[in-house]
Amino acid sequence: MTKQIVFAFALLITLGAFSFTINRIVRFFRFTRPAFPVKDFGKRINVMLTVAFGQTKIFRRPVIGLFHAFVFWGFCVIIFGSIEMVIDGLSGTERALKFLGPVYNIILASGDIFALLVAISIIIFLSRRLFFHIKRFEGIEMKKITHIDANIALSIILLLMVSLLAMNTGYIEYKSLTGESSVGLFPVSSVIAGFIRNGKPENYRLMYEASWWTHILLIFLFANILPYSKHFHVFMSVPNVFLSRLDPLGKLPNMDNITREVKLMLDSSTAFTTSSTGAPSERFGVKDAEDASWKNYFDSLACTQCGRCTAVCPANITGKKLSPRKVMMDLRARMKEKGPLMVKNGRDFNDNKSLLRDYISEEELWACTTCNACARECPININHPTFIIDMRRYLVLEEASAPGEIKALFNNIENNGAPWQYSAEDRLLWAKDLEINIK
Amino acid sequence: MEIRKIEVPVMADLFARGEKPEYLFWVGCAGAFDDRYKKVVRAFAKILTHLNVSYAVLGKEETCNGDPARRAGNEMLYQMQALQVIETFRMYDVKKIITICPHCFNVFKNEYPDLGGKYEVINYLQFLNRNIEAGKLKIDRASLKNISITYHDPCYLGRANEIYDEPRSILKNLTGNLVEMHRNKSFALCCGAGGAQMFKEAEKGNKEVFIERTEDALKTDAKVIATACPFCMTMLTDGLKYKNREQEIRNLDIAELIAQSIDL
Repeated sequence: MTKQIVFAFALLITLGAFSFTINRIVRFFRFTRPAFPVKDFGKRINVMLTVAFGQTKIFRRPVIGLFHAFVFWGFCVIIFGSIEMVIDGLSGTERALKFLGPVYNIILASGDIFALLVAISIIIFLSRRLFFHIKRFEGIEMKKITHIDANIALSIILLLMVSLLAMNTGYIEYKSLTGESSVGLFPVSSVIAGFIRNGKPENYRLMYEASWWTHILLIFLFANILPYSKHFHVFMSVPNVFLSRLDPLGKLPNMDNITREVKLMLDSSTAFTTSSTGAPSERFGVKDAEDASWKNYFDSLACTQCGRCTAVCPANITGKKLSPRKVMMDLRARMKEKGPLMVKNGRDFNDNKSLLRDYISEEELWACTTCNACARECPININHPTFIIDMRRYLVLEEASAPGEIKALFNNIENNGAPWQYSAEDRLLWAKDLEINIK
Repeated sequence: MEIRKIEVPVMADLFARGEKPEYLFWVGCAGAFDDRYKKVVRAFAKILTHLNVSYAVLGKEETCNGDPARRAGNEMLYQMQALQVIETFRMYDVKKIITICPHCFNVFKNEYPDLGGKYEVINYLQFLNRNIEAGKLKIDRASLKNISITYHDPCYLGRANEIYDEPRSILKNLTGNLVEMHRNKSFALCCGAGGAQMFKEAEKGNKEVFIERTEDALKTDAKVIATACPFCMTMLTDGLKYKNREQEIRNLDIAELIAQSIDL
């Protein structure tokens, strides 16, 4: 009974702290702008199954991708055991879901095997970060704290897997030494048990109990660290993939408020009848965190800073300042900074700072070629280019700010109907003296 | 063999005669004004004539469809251009559009529908491949003598619209020696000109994107770099010049390669 009370108390603290944190983050969504409507559920489920559960985009880097897939699939299986642990902890049962029979055995056996695979993968990930110089993990946006963040999360996962294997090992040895019947199959832990077979049953019982508590308390701790970490993607990535933008990568979203203005301009008869009496005029484009859409903000929370986007960005590869990963990290950081101020003082609050310029420079924005390599690469379907263009839209539409050559481009299109200074009269010159061989 | 003069059909003239072509051939600004790219348009027009396609161009009535303005953030200018173009299309009852420029293709196909302009938009590579597969466009592979060709995927055909197979299928009809760069298809590196970069100097960095991409192409030892976009052509041709390789390696558009191989 004491165990149950302690457990219930720990769970209560966990859930309390977790909902506090999540609420802090989620409440900022109300400052964001609408994006696309979420429909086409069939398509979305399909994308989620392939990209998230099938890890298809992770496999674009096949070797390291496989290790990530181990971790992801491992989590999917092991979470079943974690749910059982919560039930056991609250109700004082042992292995409460054993009534599932063969299915139970399969799940526990896969969890046991995956625990080892995940542990191996995490050791590889940690060594890559600690001992190897991986270019993708460098960059102006990668501060010391971001590396510490990554290493803490990886270490906790490693401990989770070690404690899980220790728990399983203790369990089967204790059961077999005392002659009690055990449930579940543990292929890996049985092998480990074979190596250390020389203790008293009580020691194995202690090992089982201690690992059980270590494992579940680490999960509680981890769950509460995640929302503050880049590893928030553990929660956010699957929903983010489900909420993917489904348009072709080449398509930019239309600015309907501009369409209204342009139509008013072109059609003089409506100029006075449909004057701007409707909604208050909204800022064109994105200047600050609250101008981002809910999807942009979601993207930024789901981003795990893996840097696959930046590693394929032509601007970044050739030494320009732009890094798509930084754009996402900046949005998250800016919302974290401005969100609480807007909660206190309203959406219009101005702290004399903005995402644009204080976080993301014009130089970065103008370096984008809109090639969509970043969006194509992102394992969880974050879309960086539309957000970059939205910031360009703010610069051009609200501030008339653009590089000189781009202003000349606008002038040429406006005056000559072409990006260069040529007259429409010359548009057919290419067709002059055109001949064909007839055979 | 005889040589015949081609009069490129213009939409206004056809309409004046009460005729309506099946396709509008959208030439694009690069096709109209870039001296190098004009040759690509000429090659494609020859192929259209060779195939007896019912088409017309807008000629003097064509105007920028707004793509570079949009990518540079000027949504206002983009929409003004777009609504103007949509009005022209409406006037001529345009239903099907063939584009050569991938940027124009993308805007018509994906973005004009939001403004009410809905058409069947087809890129010239899809069109050419369709005609080759249907046996209408017969290509003599021997003419290119198995010359090694590498293909550079334009971002706005590739990643933007997932057109990877048609260009490769066409090129395999032209040569038995199609070689891939190590970054190809959805992994392809941009030439550096997209997103209105074509019209400005690059930001400060340690290298130009077009040089990085040209090096990818040079590593394949191909004798021809095949492109399918006016901006990619400018960039990669510049890259070859920068590397002093423009004498031995040629940068040609797929339409030019076809026109050459069937000796139009």
